[in-house]
Amino acid sequence: MTDTLSTTRQASLDRTQRIRAGLRRRHLGETIFRGLGLAAIVLALGFVALLFVDVVRKGVPAFTQSNLHLAVTFDPELLKVDPAPVRDAFASQAEYTAASLKWQRDVAMLNWNKVVEASLRAAAPADVEIDSRQILTIAETDARHDIREMFVADPSLLGQTVEVDVLASANAANWIKGNIDRSLGDAQQQLSAPARALIDAFVENGTISNGFAWSIFTNVDSRAAPASAGLLGAFVGTVWMMLIVIILAVPIGVAAAVYLEEFAPRSRWTDLIEVNINNLAAVPSIVFGLLGAAVFINYLHLPISAPIVGGLVLTLMTLPTIIIATRGALQGVSPALRQAALGMGASRTQMVFHHVLPVTFPSILTATIIGVAQALGETAPLLLIGMKAFVASVPLTPLDQATALPVQIYLWQGNENRNFFEPRTAAAIMVLLAVMILLNGVAIYLRSRLEKRA
Amino acid sequence: MNALIVAGLLLVLLGVAYQSGWSRSRGLVTADGVNIHSRPQYHGSFVAIWAMVPALVILGLWAWFGGGLTRDYTVSLIPTDIMTSLDQVGLNAAIARIGALASGYGVTGESPAWEQAAGGALRSFQMLTFVGVLVLALVAGGAALIYARSRIDARLRARNAVERVVNLALLACSAVAILTTVGIVASLVTEAFRFFTFIHPFDFFFGTVWNPNNAGSAGNWGSYGLLPLLVGTLMITAIAMLVAVPVGLMAAIYLSQYAPPQLRAVAKPMIEILAGIPTIVFGFFALVTVGPFLRDMGNLVGLSINATSALTAGIVMGIMIIPFVSSLSDDILNQVPRTLRDGAYGLGATQSETIRNVLLPAALPGIVGAFLLAVSRAIGETMIVVLAAGNAPVLRGNPFEPVATITVSIVNQLTGDTDFTGPQSLVGFALGLTLFVITLGLNIVALYIVRRFREQYE
Repeated sequence: MTDTLSTTRQASLDRTQRIRAGLRRRHLGETIFRGLGLAAIVLALGFVALLFVDVVRKGVPAFTQSNLHLAVTFDPELLKVDPAPVRDAFASQAEYTAASLKWQRDVAMLNWNKVVEASLRAAAPADVEIDSRQILTIAETDARHDIREMFVADPSLLGQTVEVDVLASANAANWIKGNIDRSLGDAQQQLSAPARALIDAFVENGTISNGFAWSIFTNVDSRAAPASAGLLGAFVGTVWMMLIVIILAVPIGVAAAVYLEEFAPRSRWTDLIEVNINNLAAVPSIVFGLLGAAVFINYLHLPISAPIVGGLVLTLMTLPTIIIATRGALQGVSPALRQAALGMGASRTQMVFHHVLPVTFPSILTATIIGVAQALGETAPLLLIGMKAFVASVPLTPLDQATALPVQIYLWQGNENRNFFEPRTAAAIMVLLAVMILLNGVAIYLRSRLEKRA
Repeated sequence: MNALIVAGLLLVLLGVAYQSGWSRSRGLVTADGVNIHSRPQYHGSFVAIWAMVPALVILGLWAWFGGGLTRDYTVSLIPTDIMTSLDQVGLNAAIARIGALASGYGVTGESPAWEQAAGGALRSFQMLTFVGVLVLALVAGGAALIYARSRIDARLRARNAVERVVNLALLACSAVAILTTVGIVASLVTEAFRFFTFIHPFDFFFGTVWNPNNAGSAGNWGSYGLLPLLVGTLMITAIAMLVAVPVGLMAAIYLSQYAPPQLRAVAKPMIEILAGIPTIVFGFFALVTVGPFLRDMGNLVGLSINATSALTAGIVMGIMIIPFVSSLSDDILNQVPRTLRDGAYGLGATQSETIRNVLLPAALPGIVGAFLLAVSRAIGETMIVVLAAGNAPVLRGNPFEPVATITVSIVNQLTGDTDFTGPQSLVGFALGLTLFVITLGLNIVALYIVRRFREQYE
């Protein structure tokens, strides 16, 4: 009797223990699972942080540039050229243009390097021994172009001495900023020993000083003169494309969404359009590039590398985003509003345009900005329509050759002068991200403001 | 300049037409005191539409045919004896010189008398046609304006007419989406077929060697086997999924089931920032940071990992896709009915057991759909792979070595090159078609699954 009792008690004790052990195990599992979830969040946020820190850390040094302050003498001995032609001496504009082009060619043929060299030597300490080739590696190669442009703009400078700021070369900037290991031997250095010594002397006597790199924002891309390569051309190209996207994608996208949501009869045709739009939103961007190359450039003969083609391709890419978002917004409008409008005798069109659309304005605006921000960062389709060509000018119209910010990043990361261009690429990325964050910030701000009012 | 004049005159016409319709409609009201069918602004728009359409049609026709007509006229100005001595290049040069004389810019060098005369004649021709077309357009617009205005009376259903036009315009806009798809399919298919006239489809789809001869000519085009690219694409996609799915899914589970609202409010948009970063930025990150890091890690444990490899590109692409997976999964987890979860809690299950044994199985179809959408995105991704995968189109299975993908090869074969005459550039379209079909298939299946899943719990 007691025996059976104790067995039962034993059994129930065992059971409790088993359950306790099981519970411990289950709670441990719970903790582990929860920990895994938290780890996933931390990992994802860590990636965001790592990416931003990495880009900023790499890019910040590129926002300083090394300037050379030189006293440039336009020595008549070095610059032997006829006076510039004047318009009145020629019969037609064509002949005057031809003559002044010839004069500019003559000016370009002069040895401007000698002028640069002379001003560098004038700034150098008296006892420096360095040959012409080596001393010229200190100034950026476009220094002579800048000085020549000054002369072309104002030929009366001949014989005068002018204070000019030019950029130090990319290699000199690497040396000054320490982007290149200073202890490396002569063979691995891109500058000769006398040039490096002279740079240090220049830094000491104030001929070279570091300042904020405005050239990144005010210059166009440059291959021959990497230190002066800037983003202005790419930025303007991007602005043109975004203008085209906004002008085309927003009205067309909103109109398409209004039609599909408010007017289209439910039929197989509208189902087709709907499936089609959902699929277009998921088509890889590079396929849109193929479309642009085949249709806009090869068939319609629009100019290659032009923002107009890029803008059209990005418009087609952005349309589905705007259509889907606008439809979502239209679906969210309360039926009471519609019925009230219809009840007051408004037609369907009046109801949509006078009552429903204005309510959805904040959502449409946000969707537009987000769509534009997406298009802003798109690279692959632009490569296929030739926008990766090297363009050293600001596109004045959307039909000019141009490049875009993300494509400029792509081009710079491929430059051979890694020491100099890696920071500069990171700086370009910072500019791109800043524009995108600004756009998204504006979207969030406007939405919260407009929704409060509504 | 001319475009500005035209635009200005069109605006004036628009304004006048609208105003005249509007004022006549107002006149009806004040004179008779009758009820008019449409409000005055609809009458104004009615007249404006009537006036603009013929004017725009005439200007459009001129924009389309005017250039050819002007050129024909210029050619007719060149005397026949000179005409016979000109080849195509010379003819174009002569036309350009006459055009320069006509615009008043002038030409350099000796200008023969006939050229001067032709320049003068072209100048007056251009003036005449420009003014003529403009006047014609305005007269046609004006006539339509007067006709439309004469039709205005109290019973005219101007609103219905205007709304029909608005409706048509809306329909045209929604057709753009269809036209885009048609354009994509048509350009991909026609150019891909041109490619298949050079290279047999069998050699393309089942070839194991990718070695296009970019300077090649007939008989020496090089080999265009798809398999190395396909394997590279799938390898990178698989690696990306191995990163994105566990992290994205766990993040979604934590955010939707465990996280306190404050953390959710901060963490969710932070993760979505990842989705907004341009892919070129990820590519740069992969190239200069992740790649060298993986190489050094590999050296530590005795593995030889290339800085640019399938692994580098795959991991970074996985990071890029995390927010995509997590926000889709988040939506889907939120759609599973509460009753299922409450039932599991009622039976004594812990939260993680509920999630693993009830929530996830119930949400599985939706999650599979999200997974397929993510795969389709990874397959079509370009810039990360262009920068970080090393571009080595060789058939091999080692993820530590450089690979190439379909998208990389499209970029390599087709950068701004527009004379699609040889298979070297046309192959881009065959690759694009392959890519399009794969991603389209994945998307259709995924969207179908997700839709079925939603309907199941509605």
